[in-house]
Amino acid sequence: MDKINEIEAAALHDEMLRLKEEKHMDFLRSLTGVDWQENGLGVVYHLENSETQETITIKCVAPNREKPEIPTVSDIWKGADFNEREVYDFLGIVFIGHPDMRRLYLRDDWVGYPLKKDYDDSLNPLRMTNEETVDSTKYMEEQPDGSVIEKRQAIFDEDEYIINIGPQHPATHGVLRFRVALEGEIIKKLDVHCGYIHRGIEKMCESLTYQQTLALTDRLDYLGAHQNRHALCMCVEKAMGVEVSERVQYIRTIMDELQRIDSHLLFFSCLCMDLGALTAFLYGFRDREKILDIFEYTTGGRLIQNYNTIGGVQADIAPDFVEKVKSFLTYLRPMLKEYNDVFTGNIIAQQRMKGVGLLSKEDAISFGATGGTGRASGWACDVRKRHPYAMYDKVDFKQIVRTEGDSYARYLVRIDEIVESMRIIEQLIDNIPAGEYQQKMKPIIKVPEGIYYSAVEGSRGEFGVFLESHGEKYPYRLKFRSTGLPLVSAMETMSRGAKIADLIAIGGTVDYVVPDIDR
Amino acid sequence: MFDFSIITQWIHSLLCTYMPEQLAIFLECVLIGVIILLAYAIIAIIMIYMERKVCAAFQCRLGPTRVGPYGTIQVFADVLKMLIKEIIEIRHADKFLYNLAPYIVIISSILAFSCLPISKGLEVLDFNVGIFFLMAASSIGVVGILLAGWSSNNKYSLIGAMRSGAQMISYELSVGLSLLTMVVLTDTMQLSEIVEQQADGWFIFKGHIPALIAFVIYLIAGNAEVNRGPFDLPEAESELTAGYHTEYSGMHFGFFYVAEFVNLFIISGIAATIFFGGWMPLHIAGLDGFNAVMDYIPGFVWFFGKAFFVVFLLMWIKWTFPRLRIDQILTLEWKYLVPIGLFNLLLMVIIVVFNLHF
Repeated sequence: MDKINEIEAAALHDEMLRLKEEKHMDFLRSLTGVDWQENGLGVVYHLENSETQETITIKCVAPNREKPEIPTVSDIWKGADFNEREVYDFLGIVFIGHPDMRRLYLRDDWVGYPLKKDYDDSLNPLRMTNEETVDSTKYMEEQPDGSVIEKRQAIFDEDEYIINIGPQHPATHGVLRFRVALEGEIIKKLDVHCGYIHRGIEKMCESLTYQQTLALTDRLDYLGAHQNRHALCMCVEKAMGVEVSERVQYIRTIMDELQRIDSHLLFFSCLCMDLGALTAFLYGFRDREKILDIFEYTTGGRLIQNYNTIGGVQADIAPDFVEKVKSFLTYLRPMLKEYNDVFTGNIIAQQRMKGVGLLSKEDAISFGATGGTGRASGWACDVRKRHPYAMYDKVDFKQIVRTEGDSYARYLVRIDEIVESMRIIEQLIDNIPAGEYQQKMKPIIKVPEGIYYSAVEGSRGEFGVFLESHGEKYPYRLKFRSTGLPLVSAMETMSRGAKIADLIAIGGTVDYVVPDIDR
Repeated sequence: MFDFSIITQWIHSLLCTYMPEQLAIFLECVLIGVIILLAYAIIAIIMIYMERKVCAAFQCRLGPTRVGPYGTIQVFADVLKMLIKEIIEIRHADKFLYNLAPYIVIISSILAFSCLPISKGLEVLDFNVGIFFLMAASSIGVVGILLAGWSSNNKYSLIGAMRSGAQMISYELSVGLSLLTMVVLTDTMQLSEIVEQQADGWFIFKGHIPALIAFVIYLIAGNAEVNRGPFDLPEAESELTAGYHTEYSGMHFGFFYVAEFVNLFIISGIAATIFFGGWMPLHIAGLDGFNAVMDYIPGFVWFFGKAFFVVFLLMWIKWTFPRLRIDQILTLEWKYLVPIGLFNLLLMVIIVVFNLHF
């Protein structure tokens, strides 16, 4: 259980600013809103120092449960912007000073705040009319005398040329809607509308047992199915103090790395397709089929794997798993050279991606844009190196970091990461120790009381699980720190001044998956 | 070489014996119109099938195989589907322009198609300013595309149409310059004359360096002219979901689709005619036995062989390279291709004046 510091709402902003300046806590890992019923509505912040990896957990409760207000920290960390909108959407906490206090996922005409424990579902019947798009937002400004008033602000001017990119669009990698203000071909402003695939996973988890919540993780970032489940299982096992056998650690690591190769191959294919090189798209998918076959033999699934469980894995690896993986690794190495021939070295591809969508290191840390995107901007944010788990502290691999921060760097980082993943698998595949593949667990799992957070390096960044338990068999609050939400909130910074064609290249290289953003 | 004008003369005299000459000419025009439309449709079908098979070969897969032997009936099935699809009416679109646009595109394509000399005597439009007319006719297509984007009442279509308009108008300049370079060499603009003059060697060999440069420029510019290959940003599926023809369905979309493929064939046909000799067989000066053997292969086999070879080249390029962005497309044209084209023209003039060609 991590140590939690409680800060009062009135002093929150200054205290956070002090933490950022003096203790250099520049990475806001996670911002979670929780409803503590009689104890009020509040927010839990996880901060980290990007250089020394020191972490601090802070809790802040809003003073008034009827009208909850907390000062914003979105001027300190840019990533807090979308997270605070999410908390407002789900719990109704208004953040004073936040420039854009709109709902993030739910419709604008939604009544009530779903994640509150006293939420009444019948207030929101299935609506038969479409939601009108309103291009204005409100924000709460603190007056000099301490009171707070609500002001409206327009997002787009009236005579701007606005187009919708999405939600149905071949290149947005899922159902995501961008409203873009254009001047000719140049993007002046970008507004993201999420929530088209919001399924209320966090609310659902509050009424499911711990074993049942595992099923939902595969459906978040479906290209990181193993990694997501690994995070949740790790969190629950850490909370309960369960030690899994070494065989399980090896298997989990190998499966995670295979999943990472799978995800990066899909990234490569879809990026090439978005930029028009359709042949490279099919090459990447052809190779990805081999990984999917390996998965199918062991787990039974190609996309949704259902493999990790609390205490181990679902079933032992298939008898020919080791040889199949080894033959796949020998097959893939020359194929990567083919990809480099077809796409990476191509002058057209380089011109489309070099210098496009710059994200500076400070911005990446401030947004919390982890994964390949952060590493391409010069931030060494790999969770496998920062807070090692499973077998990662016992294998030798490089963390690929580049400093240019443009789309080409993001692309190269992921191609090199495939090579590193293959190295990790090679070091582990021959030495899988014998042992149990699953610990004996009680049928009803009850996690001791407390607040827990654990994270894994998903295919696209830090995937964290925040678990608050009150000792029952259901989690009290289970939140998934999404890998994609900081990336999408950084899209506006990256695409300002770029052309529409660049927006596609940026979206392709940033590599978000929308179900992960919307949960 | 078999001269097709024997047959045309025979038909003309046959008709003139039965009816006054005006009526005979009118009937011939109708007949030729029908034949051109048929040839257009058949070439389109062959092109679409070829594209699907070539694309599949590059992508390590098979392409259509189930409908008919080796998938040959697949395109007929697609054409039938397109014909019977509902043409959806857009409520706020400018109806007249919206319906007119596909027809303008098809008409300009057919006009350009009629200029191609397929064999000796087998030409439809053979003016003494053939190349000039060809360029003018293919420029009408731009109007069709701009109208399509404007009248669709859709912001995406408008962006696609604007991009396409800018691109096509720019690259016509390069196409014109490279064709002009060859006209300097041939001294005539009439297409049948151009082919006749290549009886002792194709122009790409006769004109050596400037002809080669002109050929490369023509390939790049021709590709951009028909919105294909690395220059297909206006209809980029993954960006604007079909650009200027987003709002068209059924046969209207079919017109755009077919026009794109036949335009590709026309560009290749012109390249084959001007650079590779059209229906003229490969003659090497001095090897009379070899030339006699080459003459046995009919003219249209030569022509289609060369045209489809260039088509294959262009398809190869399309399925390998990613797309260029619109400002990169325009930069390529105005800052690189036009200066090189102008310099090349000068080079060709020097070579012709000092008789340095073969």
